[in-house]
Amino acid sequence: MLGFIAGRVGKGIVVLLAIVVLNFFLIRLAPGDPALVMAGEAGAGDEVFVAQLREKFGLDQPLPNQLALYVRNIAVLDLGYSVRQQMPVATLIADRLPATLLLTGSAFLISLALGVTLGALAARRAGRPADTAITGLALLFYATPLFWVSLMAIIVFSVRLEWLPSFGFETVGAGHAGLARAADIAHHLILPAMTLGLFFMAVYVRMTRASMLEVAGQDFVKTARAKGLGDRVIQRRHVLRNALLPVVTLAGLQAGTLVGGAILTETVFAWPGIGRLMYEALLQRDYNLLLGVFVVSSAMVLVFNLVTDVLYRVVDPRIEAAR
Amino acid sequence: MIGLVILLAVVAAAILAPILYPTSPWRMVQRPFMPPFTLDRFPLGTDALGRDIAAGLMHGAGVSLLVGLVSTLAALVIGVPLGALAGYFGGRVDDALMRFTELFQTVPSFALAIVLVAILQPSLSSLILAIALVSWPPVTRLVRGEVLSLRSREYVQAAVVTGQTTFTILRREILPNTLSPIVVLASLMVATAILLESSLSFLGLGDPNRMSWGFMVGAGRTAIRQAWWISTFPGVVILLTVLALNLIGEGLNDALNPRLSRGDR
Repeated sequence: MLGFIAGRVGKGIVVLLAIVVLNFFLIRLAPGDPALVMAGEAGAGDEVFVAQLREKFGLDQPLPNQLALYVRNIAVLDLGYSVRQQMPVATLIADRLPATLLLTGSAFLISLALGVTLGALAARRAGRPADTAITGLALLFYATPLFWVSLMAIIVFSVRLEWLPSFGFETVGAGHAGLARAADIAHHLILPAMTLGLFFMAVYVRMTRASMLEVAGQDFVKTARAKGLGDRVIQRRHVLRNALLPVVTLAGLQAGTLVGGAILTETVFAWPGIGRLMYEALLQRDYNLLLGVFVVSSAMVLVFNLVTDVLYRVVDPRIEAAR
Repeated sequence: MIGLVILLAVVAAAILAPILYPTSPWRMVQRPFMPPFTLDRFPLGTDALGRDIAAGLMHGAGVSLLVGLVSTLAALVIGVPLGALAGYFGGRVDDALMRFTELFQTVPSFALAIVLVAILQPSLSSLILAIALVSWPPVTRLVRGEVLSLRSREYVQAAVVTGQTTFTILRREILPNTLSPIVVLASLMVATAILLESSLSFLGLGDPNRMSWGFMVGAGRTAIRQAWWISTFPGVVILLTVLALNLIGEGLNDALNPRLSRGDR
C-alpha cells in the first residue's frame, strides 16, 4: 500500500511539473512585457528602472534559465508577486484557500450523498414514475448553467423568501465567535454549496442508477435471491456496495469540474475563495495571480485524484490482486 | 423528439435573427428596466440599458451554435488522430500520448479555458480555440479504445497483409467503424461547449462585439434584485438548448448502439 501511494505521489509530481512548465509558457504568452507592466504600476517608466526590474526577476536571462528559475520558485511555493494587490501571490491564495476547500468539500459531500441515494432509489423503481421523475430531474440539472441556477437561487431564497443570505462568507461586523460564527458561516454556505452540488448530484444519480442496474443482473445477485435473502438486504449489501465502485472512479474524475464550478459559484455568491480570486485577477488582468490560481487549483485536483485512488483501493481490494 | 424540436427552434432563431431584428441587439430601443409583457413589441422587456432582450436572445443563438459546433469540430480534429495513433501503434507511442492526454484531463478545464481566453484576448476565435483545447481528451480516449479493439480484427489484418499503408488502413478500414460512438460523443460535446461558452461570456470573456446568452445573464446580475427577467430568460434558453442537445445525444446513442441502449444500462 505504501509503495502504491509513493508511486502515485511520484506520478503526481511529474504531472504537476508538466503543468508548471505549461504555466510558464502561458505567462510568456500573456500580453505585455512583465517588466514594463511592473514599472507602469510602480509609476516609474525610465529605462534604468525597467532594466533593474528585468534583472531582479531574471527576465534578462535566456528562456531555459527563466524556466528553471520559475520551477525552482514554485518548488518553494513562491508563485510570484501580484503588483495590483501589492502582495505575494502565494499569500493571497493561502488566505482564500480554506473557503474554497469548505465550499467544494461540502458541495462534493452533498452531491455524493443525494446523488447516490436518488440513483439507488431510481434503480430500484426502474421504469416506474419515481424513476422517470428522478432521471428527468437529473437530466435537467445536468443541462442547467451553474451561474444561472445560482442567480435563480438568490432570487427565490434571498430576495423573495428572505431565508438565506445571498453573498459573502459570514455576516460582516456581527462579531460572532466560536459556535455562533460556525453557524453563521454554515448559513452562508447553504446556497453556494447546494447550487454547486446540484450539477454533480445529477452526474452521480445517472452513474449510480446505471451501475446498480448493471450489477443487479449479475450472477451473485441471483444467488443471493435464490437463497432467500430479502430484497432490501440484497439491494443494500450486494448491489449498492458493488455499484459504488465506478461512482468512486467518477468522483475522482469530477474533481477538475468541481474546481471549475467553484469559480462560477464563488463569483456569483461573493464567496471569498480562490475562484473569486481568479475572477478578480481576471477583471484586473493580473496574469501572475491568474496563473498562480491556475497552478494551485491544478494541484488541488491532483491531490484529490490521489485520495480517490487510494480510497478506491481500500474500497475494492481486488484491484491489488489484478495488478 | 423534443430535443430535435427545440434545437430546430434555436437554429431557426439564429437564421431569422437578422431578418426579424435587423437593428443591432446592442441598441437602446426602449426605456431601461421595462418588465416583460408590458409592450407587445418587446415581449421579454428590456435590460439596464434599454436593450431589447428578445432581440438579444435571437442574436445570441447564432453565437452559441457557432461556438458549440466549431469548437467541437476542432476538438475532434485534435482528438481523433491522437487517439487513432495511440490505439493503433500501442507501446511507447500509446504511453506518451496517454500521458499527454492525462495531463489535460487533470488540469481543471474551466480554469484553463479562462486563462487561455484571458491571455489570447476575448474574441470568437479565442473562445473556440480555448474550448477546443480543453475538450479533446475524451475524444482521444474513446477513439483509442475503439481502435485498440478493432486493430486485431481479421479484416484489418488482411489489409495489413495486402500491403496498404498505415494511413490508408486507419482512414478506410478502422476509423469509419468508430464513427457512431464519435457522433454520440460529439453531440454531447456541443452541449458542453455551449455551457462553457456561456460560462466564459458570463465572466466577461465573451467576444465584445457579439451578443451572447452568457453575457446577458452576467449583465443582468447586478440588477437581479430589481429586474429578475434580464438574467432569467437567457438562462432558460441556455438550459433548453443544452437539454435538447443532451436528449439528441441520448437518442443517437440508443439508435446507433442498440446493444447499449437503456434496457441493459
